[in-house]
Amino acid sequence: MDVLTSAYKTVKESEVNVWFEVAKAEDFPKDGGVCVKYKDKQIAVYNFTRKGTWYACQNVCPHKMEMVLSRGMIGDENGIPKVACPMHKKTFSLETGENLNGDLDAIAMYPVKVENNIVYIGFSE
Amino acid sequence: MKSVLVIGNGMVGYKFCEKFVANQVDGNYKLTVFGEEPRPAYDRVHLSEFFENQDAKKLELAPRNWYEENKIELITGERVSAIQRDLKKIQTSSGKEYTYDYLVLATGSLPFVPPIDGVNKEGVFVYRTIEDLEGMLAYAGKLKQEKPEAKAAVLGGGLLGLEAAKAVMDMGLEPHVVEFAPKLMPRQLDNRGSNVLKLKLESLGINIHLNKATSKILGNGSIEGMQFGEDDALETDMLVISAGIRPRDELAKSCNLEMGTRGGIVVNNKMQTSDPSIFAIGEVALYNQMIYGLVAPGYEMADIAVEQIIGDPDKQMTEDIDMSTKLKLIGVDVASFGEPFMPAEKGHSILFENKTKHLYKRINVSHDGQKLLGGILIGDASDYNMLHQIYLNGMDLPENVEDLILGARSGGESSFGSAMSLPDTAQICSCENVLKQDICGGLLEGKTCNLKDVMAETKAATGCGGCKPMVTELVNETLKSLGQEVKETICEHFEYTRQELYGILKVKKVHTFDEALEACGKGHGCEVCKPLIASILASLYNDTANKEEVIQDSNDKFLANIQRNGTYSVVPRIPGGEITPEKLIVIGEVAKEYDLYTKITGGQRIDLFGAELHQLPAIWKTLIDAGFESGHAYGKSLRTVKSCVGSTWCRYGMDESVSFAIELEDRYKGLRSPHKLKGGVSGCIRECAEARGKDFGVIAVEGGWNLYVCGNGGATPKHALLLAEQIDNETCIKYLDRFLMYYIRTAAPLMRTAAWLDKLEGGIEQLKQVVVNDSLNIADELEQEMEQLVDAYECEWKQIVEDEQLQGRFKHFINSEDSDDNLVFVPMREQKMPKAW
Ligand code: SRM
Ligand SMILES: Cc1cc2nc3c(=O)[nH]c(=O)nc-3n(C[C@H](O)[C@H](O)[C@H](O)COP(=O)(O)OP(=O)(O)OC[C@H]3O[C@@H](n4cnc5c(N)ncnc54)[C@H](O)[C@@H]3O)c2cc1C
Ligand code: SF4
Ligand code: FES
Repeated sequence: MDVLTSAYKTVKESEVNVWFEVAKAEDFPKDGGVCVKYKDKQIAVYNFTRKGTWYACQNVCPHKMEMVLSRGMIGDENGIPKVACPMHKKTFSLETGENLNGDLDAIAMYPVKVENNIVYIGFSE
Repeated sequence: MKSVLVIGNGMVGYKFCEKFVANQVDGNYKLTVFGEEPRPAYDRVHLSEFFENQDAKKLELAPRNWYEENKIELITGERVSAIQRDLKKIQTSSGKEYTYDYLVLATGSLPFVPPIDGVNKEGVFVYRTIEDLEGMLAYAGKLKQEKPEAKAAVLGGGLLGLEAAKAVMDMGLEPHVVEFAPKLMPRQLDNRGSNVLKLKLESLGINIHLNKATSKILGNGSIEGMQFGEDDALETDMLVISAGIRPRDELAKSCNLEMGTRGGIVVNNKMQTSDPSIFAIGEVALYNQMIYGLVAPGYEMADIAVEQIIGDPDKQMTEDIDMSTKLKLIGVDVASFGEPFMPAEKGHSILFENKTKHLYKRINVSHDGQKLLGGILIGDASDYNMLHQIYLNGMDLPENVEDLILGARSGGESSFGSAMSLPDTAQICSCENVLKQDICGGLLEGKTCNLKDVMAETKAATGCGGCKPMVTELVNETLKSLGQEVKETICEHFEYTRQELYGILKVKKVHTFDEALEACGKGHGCEVCKPLIASILASLYNDTANKEEVIQDSNDKFLANIQRNGTYSVVPRIPGGEITPEKLIVIGEVAKEYDLYTKITGGQRIDLFGAELHQLPAIWKTLIDAGFESGHAYGKSLRTVKSCVGSTWCRYGMDESVSFAIELEDRYKGLRSPHKLKGGVSGCIRECAEARGKDFGVIAVEGGWNLYVCGNGGATPKHALLLAEQIDNETCIKYLDRFLMYYIRTAAPLMRTAAWLDKLEGGIEQLKQVVVNDSLNIADELEQEMEQLVDAYECEWKQIVEDEQLQGRFKHFINSEDSDDNLVFVPMREQKMPKAW
């Protein structure tokens, strides 16, 4: 099962080698998430409109290894932006990927940039 | 600076640290703690919860950085291997040495493993640490794959053994308890109690074997069975040993501290061992010739030891240790307190036994009938806290002592009074030794202002949690006495109750989540307040879940229930359970086309499981074209109105129950509410529609319908109560409109109608006043609000099917038409199911 998560490693802005073009910004629901396909990876992307920020992370939830995080609800807890998995409501920081209400492994995070209204996700390969 | 070393970072060792930190004023002491286990101290009492979530962090008593913040050096994964008393020095297994001024032994105990032939075989476990549980889970998982009907035995029918039996049952293994004694929980229960408990456990599927002396563990490498007598054996694939504990006193023994004849480090009432600079606390300490296998005495020992070193050296350990216990086994109430057996020369016993209901209660009362000396409760321990308090505080007993276990049989008043009637010095939380005055005093002085504060400040209810209902009652009653209302606010973003928020959003005409945050909230919301506000907005305006999809709970967002593998189920509405053959064929065709697992639900309709997200709009298009509507199986909203066939066909029917059920289901479909709503209509009092098990139930009688409200099945079943009798269809709908609207306005989030009625002051009589007699003068308003909601109804799936733009959110990927390739199904009977995790 761990094979599913092992494919996902946090990428820092400085490590980006490919900026993958996803879609126009207006195609993303406001304050919601969608799932993006990149090679054989599934990436969840959130348009946190209320904060004016974007976040991307692995779509697979480390709890039961289901491809569902993009369908989760976003919000904040003590100022930390987070996503709640739709399955059992495990929550993860959208800044560090850390599991906020348990000790699951952190989820992998990816940088997002928006240029000329186009949304890109950064990958190292 | 003086050095204090604590050996053992278990529950009691941790408590020592906590109390030490709280008492230390001058920072003259350096505290170092050694723990053999890999992680910081955790809550062993709630160890079994690990099976539910496998979340070790949840059990942690304090995170690692708590130790750092309090300047405690915590060294885990390291065993202390020797003590040199003459040099005041200890040595660890990796060869490090530390000197001490004071040494505290909190090494706890080990499970006792009887020297039975073959006990080292694979598949034999003990039940003490997280690692033990991980081992059991892995083994059980493997067993289940090889052998679906695998069995697991537990050796020992005590408190812990029964907890272990429940755990193996939850793992899907067939549970067996093997006990040497002729009764269960031999230390706490009498024979009658044991017999009743045995019946109850057997009815839950736990097999009990008493009077069995295990002589051999059978099997070749791994366990296959247990041998008792000559030709008496039990086949089993796994064994958990829970046959008592042995203090871990080997360190003390090797440095010649005084020991008990059967082990344990002898301590005095100041927790000092025979060496005054060495203390022993917890399950390793032998106090009054006894090892106490409970946390509460251990915590008190920790307190006394701290006082010896940095506090009041005159403080002494209580003489009589209270050994009262309540079993945490879910599904069976068992408690014993004070002296459970009691010889006849000390007093009399009052017994109540009802084997058909698996109930047994015994209280032991002094000869003069004035004082409670102890007792046993099986099947219903709801009065344990109060009886335990009466016993502990030596309170006077009521004139009819039997009322204590039978309940007052006239008037219906409780025979106890409330927790507020306890003396100020009553010990409410025995784990943390918190008195009533500690709880109420802080509130009265304004130092604390709610349950959370009180728990943080006094630590009450943070141990085993058994006293929590009583602490909650004390907090609520004290706040009430101060004229404050007790409120349960929603989350960090909205400091209101649901009822308040409902009022605010209505008055301020708020229509979106952002407006709500602006009007009365802060931050950006979360998974608690977003769906709650979505539900209130829907109840106010009957906007469908498509209006603002990102604040809907995950099921509402996709208008379908998410399943264990991330696929969805499809439940079309089948009002009253009535369906034409044509529609049945359409459902069958859809199921075939998309290869969906098909099942008749408990709600008289059909559920199609295993649809992928992107398939939902197409599936629903076919269904809607055939005349179906959303069944709202995913929403906190009306589910079904169940019907029986009624007077059109049934020879006993008094009225047309199907017609009326359909009328009611059509009226309230799509109605969003604090929790789901279910209804039922039966054609006569034989009640084939189980209407009284629903939030609202209608039963045809001579001269009209009887209307019942606030029932449910589920986890806490309740029969609905009579609201009005012999009314016609129109009156029934009028009352239902008022009742439902009143509930929607005032209930807390996720509170079914039965729980709501429980909380409603005045109960069903008050509800009758409001709904039937319009005592609050709001009936017109309630009816109008309901009328508006009924008029505003739209099928939300129809909206999706007709609007291509709305279908966008059902694509798995935003940038590809591919579907989720992570899904795997396996065949089951003639259909399929998700591959197990
Ligand atoms: C499908 C069905 C079981 C079946 O195969 O028969 C079912 C399935 C679920 N029930 Fe149920 N319940 C089903 C009838 C019932 C009944 C029987 C009835 O309605 O007569 C009950 C007891 C009656 C009652 O509610 O009072 C019932 C009491 C529950 C409860 C406990 C509610 C309570 O107040 O204690 C839950 C949990 C909850 O809602 O919080 C629950 C929750 C669930 C959930 C939603 C759990 C979940 O979140 O996944 C299941 C969704 C399955 C799905 O995807 O459709 N289900 N559930 C039944 C669907 C009926 C329908 O046509 O809509
Ligand atoms: C499943 C279960 C359910 C229970 N339920 C209840 C209940 O409902 N109510 C109740 O009151 N009690 C209950 N108990 C009992 C309760 O957990 C114990 O009374 C309590 O944990 C005792 O605390 P302790 O610190 O003395 O021992 P422990 O918690 O066992 O801690 C001792 C620690 O010391 C460590 N140690 C030992 N020797 C060394 C060494 N030489 N060097 C370093 N470290 C060492 C051990 O590894 C261990 O971590 C339950 C116990 C179990 C296992
Ligand atoms: S009882 Fe209901 S919630 Fe529980 S497993 Fe069955 S369908 Fe799911
Ligand atoms: S699968 Fe994500 S919380 Fe369980």
